[in-house]
Amino acid sequence: MPILVNGSAVALPNDPRVSLLDLLREGLHLSGTKKGCNQGACGACTVLVDGERILSCLALAVQYEGRSVTTIEGLSDGDGLHPLQQAFIDHDGFQCGYCTPGQICSAIGMAAEAKRGVPSHVSADLSTDVRLTREELQERMSGNLCRCGAHNGIIDAIRDTVAAELAA
Amino acid sequence: MTPFSYARANNAAEALQLGRGGAANYLGGGTNLVDLMRETIAKPDRLVDVTGLSDAITDTADDGLLIGAAVRNTALAEHPAVRTRYPMLSRAILAGASAQIRNMATVGGNLLQRTRCTYFYDTDGSRCNKRVPGSGCDAVGGFTRIHAVLGASPACVATHPSDMCVALAALDAVVHVEGAGGARTLSFGDLHRLPGDRPELDTVLEVGELITAIELPPLPFAASSTYRKVRDRASYAFALISVAAAIDVVDGEIRDVRLALGGVAHKPWRATTAEALLRGRPATEAAFRDAAIAELADARPLRDNGFKIELAKRTIVAVLGDLSGATA
Repeated sequence: MPILVNGSAVALPNDPRVSLLDLLREGLHLSGTKKGCNQGACGACTVLVDGERILSCLALAVQYEGRSVTTIEGLSDGDGLHPLQQAFIDHDGFQCGYCTPGQICSAIGMAAEAKRGVPSHVSADLSTDVRLTREELQERMSGNLCRCGAHNGIIDAIRDTVAAELAA
Repeated sequence: MTPFSYARANNAAEALQLGRGGAANYLGGGTNLVDLMRETIAKPDRLVDVTGLSDAITDTADDGLLIGAAVRNTALAEHPAVRTRYPMLSRAILAGASAQIRNMATVGGNLLQRTRCTYFYDTDGSRCNKRVPGSGCDAVGGFTRIHAVLGASPACVATHPSDMCVALAALDAVVHVEGAGGARTLSFGDLHRLPGDRPELDTVLEVGELITAIELPPLPFAASSTYRKVRDRASYAFALISVAAAIDVVDGEIRDVRLALGGVAHKPWRATTAEALLRGRPATEAAFRDAAIAELADARPLRDNGFKIELAKRTIVAVLGDLSGATA
């Protein structure tokens, strides 16, 4: 069984050492997903697997047989931008842009987690629905580092889009 | 990474079969093992993917919980029964790593993750008895802010990195394992080892033995338990000190208490000395302080981590105070 990447079937690599990240970048030339630390510390390689955010650098591609992977390239519909991509532009949510694809995929996965009620480290009450306050967003996005210091713009972009949808 | 073969197991029996012989490793979410392989610290010739084992969370006959080894960390933290009956476990998991890693990491893998001692990871520049048995330890005499103050040995001063395991220690979890000799259960406190002169062994598991499930015994007063983690930044960092606690106070007297510490030792540290002192005592800050002092009485600082001893005491007092509503 292949892996589905942005809706297209992709053969599993022959070498089980190939990470999902390297399959995407080197095998499929989907270079939107970035290799930052390659050890699970920075979040630049974040992609969505069946809607859940994971780190593609720590994922062996062979483990994802039959799963559906969405990368930054798979978010937009045709030539238009995903609303969160546009919001990153509107809020200056990046400078160099290297962490951006991971930030955006992570935020989409984060919103899905919040929608189904997953609490966070800063949730005062584990039993209530999630309210995506700024503090909650900062905690939930803490696995994605931005060395340019664009975190405030990133949080603003997320608040205006995927977090706002949750509150509505 | 050195070359290896890969096979997926659909259940424990298949995993044991596939894992037999040679230098096989069981693979969960890969969040630690893949990194260790990339650093050539782990060099298995075969990976047996055990994410196909049970990912169910079910009630046991005595109102405890049985958690399959392949349950993802996020799934365990968000489960309604864990959030209401064992909140310290939800809180411990949510205090660890990042959301992406929690989505990948399995329960079984969390138990078997290796230390984040920087000397263990420094394959080019440092000696490490855990990485290369008998080679020496450059952490001793080195930079030791994150290292152990309890139960360490001259051979190893590393700490166990898991948050989840601190809560499991406090909750008296039972570890279900299967191996060539059949199935057995281990009390959680017996799973991980102190380093002694064999720091390369993190646990008492035999070669090829597989964790299949974790069982939480019923503990009604854990419904108001918690986990507090003190670290160098607000999120996504390993613990300097952490405390998992539950306390049962009736008419101002401590009927029962559970207490475990993270960041202090080679294993999750169940604070049995403090627990024994607290049972039957009034729930006051003075009692908490006495118990914390007794628990840390054997603590030994290294060059840079003496602060952990007082920090552990204060965190114990603060957490027990918050849980019990005690005043000074």
